Amino acid sequence: MTEAPAPVFVARNLTKVYPMGEVQVQALRGVDFDVFPGEFVVLLGPSGSGKSTLLNILGGLDVPTSGHVVYRNQDLTAAGDAALTEYRRDHVGFVFQFYNLIPSLTARENVALVTEIAASPMTPEEALGLVGLTERLDHFPAQLSGGEQQRVAIARAIAKRPEVLLCDEPTGALDITTGVVVLEAIARVNRELDTATVVITHNAAIAGMAHRVVRLADGRVVSVERNQTCVSARELSW
Amino acid sequence: MVIRVPRLPALDRKLLRDLWEMKGQALAIAAVIAAGVTMFVTYLSNFDSLERTLDSYYQRQRFADVFASAERAPARLAARIEAIPGVVTVATRVVAEVTLDVPGMPEPATGRLISMPPDGAAVLNTVSLRRGRWPEPSRPDEVVASEMFCEAHGFGPGSRLAAIINGRRRTLTIVGIGLSPEFVYSVRPGEIFPDNQRFGIFWMDRQALASAFDMEGGFNDVSLKLARGASADEAIVRLDRLLQPYGGRGAYPRALQVSAWTIDNELRQLRTFGFITPLIFLSVAAFILNIALARALALQRPQIAALKALGYTNRELGWHYVKWALAIAAAGALAGVLAGNWLGAQMAGMYNEFFRFPMLDYRLSVGVAAASLAGSLLVAAAGAQSAVRHAVAVPPAEAMRPESPARYRQSAGERWRVLRRLSQPARMVLRNLERQPLRALMSVVGIAFAGAILIVGFGFIDVMDVLIDEQFIRAMRQDVTVTFVRPLSADAMHAVNRLPGVIEAEPLRVVPARLRVGHRHRTLAITGLVADPQLSRVVERTGGALALPARGLVLSKMLGDVLGVASGGTVIVEVLEGARPVFDVPVAALVDDSVGLQAYMEIGALRTLMREGGTVSGAALMVDHTRLDALNAELKQLPEVAGVATRAATLGSFRETMAEQMNLIIFFNVFFSGVIAFGVVYNAARVSLSERSRELASLRVLGFTRAEVSLILLGELALLTILSLPVGAAIGWGLGRLMTDAFNSEVYRLPFTLTAQAVAWAFLTVIGAAAISALAVRRRLDRLDLVAVLKSRE
Ligand SMILES: Nc1ncnc2c1ncn2[C@@H]1O[C@H](COP(=O)(O)OP(=O)(O)O)[C@@H](O)[C@H]1O
Ligand SMILES: [Mg+2]
Repeated sequence: MTEAPAPVFVARNLTKVYPMGEVQVQALRGVDFDVFPGEFVVLLGPSGSGKSTLLNILGGLDVPTSGHVVYRNQDLTAAGDAALTEYRRDHVGFVFQFYNLIPSLTARENVALVTEIAASPMTPEEALGLVGLTERLDHFPAQLSGGEQQRVAIARAIAKRPEVLLCDEPTGALDITTGVVVLEAIARVNRELDTATVVITHNAAIAGMAHRVVRLADGRVVSVERNQTCVSARELSW
Repeated sequence: MVIRVPRLPALDRKLLRDLWEMKGQALAIAAVIAAGVTMFVTYLSNFDSLERTLDSYYQRQRFADVFASAERAPARLAARIEAIPGVVTVATRVVAEVTLDVPGMPEPATGRLISMPPDGAAVLNTVSLRRGRWPEPSRPDEVVASEMFCEAHGFGPGSRLAAIINGRRRTLTIVGIGLSPEFVYSVRPGEIFPDNQRFGIFWMDRQALASAFDMEGGFNDVSLKLARGASADEAIVRLDRLLQPYGGRGAYPRALQVSAWTIDNELRQLRTFGFITPLIFLSVAAFILNIALARALALQRPQIAALKALGYTNRELGWHYVKWALAIAAAGALAGVLAGNWLGAQMAGMYNEFFRFPMLDYRLSVGVAAASLAGSLLVAAAGAQSAVRHAVAVPPAEAMRPESPARYRQSAGERWRVLRRLSQPARMVLRNLERQPLRALMSVVGIAFAGAILIVGFGFIDVMDVLIDEQFIRAMRQDVTVTFVRPLSADAMHAVNRLPGVIEAEPLRVVPARLRVGHRHRTLAITGLVADPQLSRVVERTGGALALPARGLVLSKMLGDVLGVASGGTVIVEVLEGARPVFDVPVAALVDDSVGLQAYMEIGALRTLMREGGTVSGAALMVDHTRLDALNAELKQLPEVAGVATRAATLGSFRETMAEQMNLIIFFNVFFSGVIAFGVVYNAARVSLSERSRELASLRVLGFTRAEVSLILLGELALLTILSLPVGAAIGWGLGRLMTDAFNSEVYRLPFTLTAQAVAWAFLTVIGAAAISALAVRRRLDRLDLVAVLKSRE
């Protein structure tokens, strides 16, 4: 990460206000944020600081109240619902905190859900192989542990070979050892597929894995630090 | 259960597995759709088949377009009739009604003798010979007899019976069995329901019949075939003019010929019924589909959000969920078409019992099958539409958020002190209902519909009882009705009073007439009754017997509707016998009765109008039952007696034919209503189970017993069921009115009254369905896998 090429995301002066009846919740108060190709970014911050809101806007799940997000040359803030759907379908991989697998589909089929609608996907088996679940192809979510479910979710997110991988507290519901396995899977995808990756966490220890760590507090970016050397997930101390 | 289907898109596999997961519910909904489609296919396939059969039958047998009868017209008149513009073919005949003495039957029967050219070569209304041969012209006593009469008596070629022909007793030999397009439905003149034992048609050689009735060189019946496009009304006017000097009784078109008219009305009824019933069923299906789907989709909210986040469009997801509904509907419709095809064939067989064609060509109508499939899919899509649109509108960002707990509050009832003492489960039931009143309301309405349809189904059983009570208990109180071959003087009543066993006799004066209001008209008979009849009475459907006013006509409400006249209006009466006077007669009252087109008058007023003294054309008798046989034997011998109808026999035959048919339809209704009731209630129960399983499992983990947990769910179901009962009674009353109105025809009107019995049975069935559903749900509840439920985030 020396001479930075054109960024994948350029977000400028993002604000987001949630109207909640009488009161208005100011979730983002002017955020500038860039993501570069192949970069591994960790978003840190206390609960309620606006991390999910920012990630949702980057992923085309939500739109900012003001400000701009440009993905490559596409202005996401100007895009309509259909264009955002297409953007998510073609370019973004999501990993949710609660896995959100379809309970009536097997691991393989959950991944197929995405590969069937993507332009140049890998096979579900390949994707599940990348997260080390070759043995669990035909298991239903209910037959998998939390960590395994989250790895299926990662396989589902990366199977389309997305340009960006967005993970919202992927280890939030997992214990340490399982969390490490999941993080390793994410890091491996970032390394091997060169996918720009943004991972939200409120666990500062995870920050060691990142190329760059961005801290949010109260809807603002409070610090950005660049790691000279990234540690692997295994070496993290929680 | 893993359904492994290679190369099926993942979303479609999800569809199959989700459907399998809710198979009980899907089956219940499909059953309701199947019930509607079964009825649709059964009724409309029969409608199609009957119509097609009739058309080709009428054409093949050259069924006439215009009919008329007269006292006696000379044969040469035929040429002048043929000269009427538009007339293609003229067929003249001799027709006579006679009393029959049938071996083995105590009471006399009525026979209609119809002349026929040798070898059955009639130019119109050709008889088709089913068995045996045509009569030999040299053997005047050989006849071809109608099939239904022969069946009723077990007669075949070679059987004999006696007839009083023009005062003389003659033995007729049946040599053949025939059918005619004129008597597809054969009913004795003046009666409403067929009685095949006591009414038969006999075709005889013309020469033999003419000589017996002094008709040589003449005729008393004529039928016409018109050129395509020729006006029947025009021909009728001219034919009436030609026949008038010869005692013409008013020509009428095919549409008003008794058999054709009855079938026409039946067909119309079949079609209306075939549309309305399935429509109601399918609406209910759409309704419960909507509820079931809305709730199933509410449970899928997180999945939908995730799929949207993954890049699935609203359209793709909408289509995915609409396919749920379509799959269920398609399965239901398919089952319905198959069942309807089978049931339709049974029903066609039943129709052949009292509508007789040489062959009823029953076929499943492809159009009907296709329409029912398309209709079901449409209904399902419509039912699914709002649920799916609502579900798919979930913002994709929701996939990122944990579920927030549902908002509850103290229920209003709990603010009352008594209710505060309620147990925890009871309180949860109340809170849950109060939290989602709309949802509770939907369930109540759904179950209420089941109850309503049941009430209609059971109500129809009462309809038959009410009809029998009206006709055979309240209106027809005489044991025997005698009709004379022609109007007789007042002396006849003295003779009748002296017949063996007669306790009381009331005179009847029946005058054939055409009633006309503007361009609307019907040819029928005006029945003259004594002012305050005790035997043959005029009764309202609800209410008592009517006394006949000193002036004016009393018409059936249906006749009033047909003619477009109300009480106080005026009808032109063209008398069709004797001097054939024409009068303007006021309508004194319309009577709200159940059968046909009846016109009554006080007998004195009618006689005054006719300028006659004590003329009678029949009598209603109350009879000492121990002497019935003697009376019958005597009546058989009397040349003046044309026909005898006994109440017991008429009622028996009514029960056999009409009631049998109605009972079958009633059975369908009740059966399918039961299916709906179960479908709706089971669905409601399953929906709340799947919605609440997490909560209930949590309670179990907290230490609640199975019974307590069941109480929360089943208590809710019980409460909803109880609330639905009165709502169902109200809807059922409205639906019943709607259905019986649809059933009304010129032939009869059915009363719909909501009896306590029907309501009670309907309620019991709903409660039974609820109990069975509760048991099924309770079993699932007992097997609730606590760990699995709590682990999955749905
Ligand atoms: N859909 C929403 N409606 C209202 N307020 C919201 C919504 N989503 C988030 N918020 C509020 O916005 C703020 C930021 O939320 P979020 O981005 O989820 O924080 P984080 O992910 O850092 O915990 C919080 O105060 C939260 O309550
Ligand atoms: Mg968050």
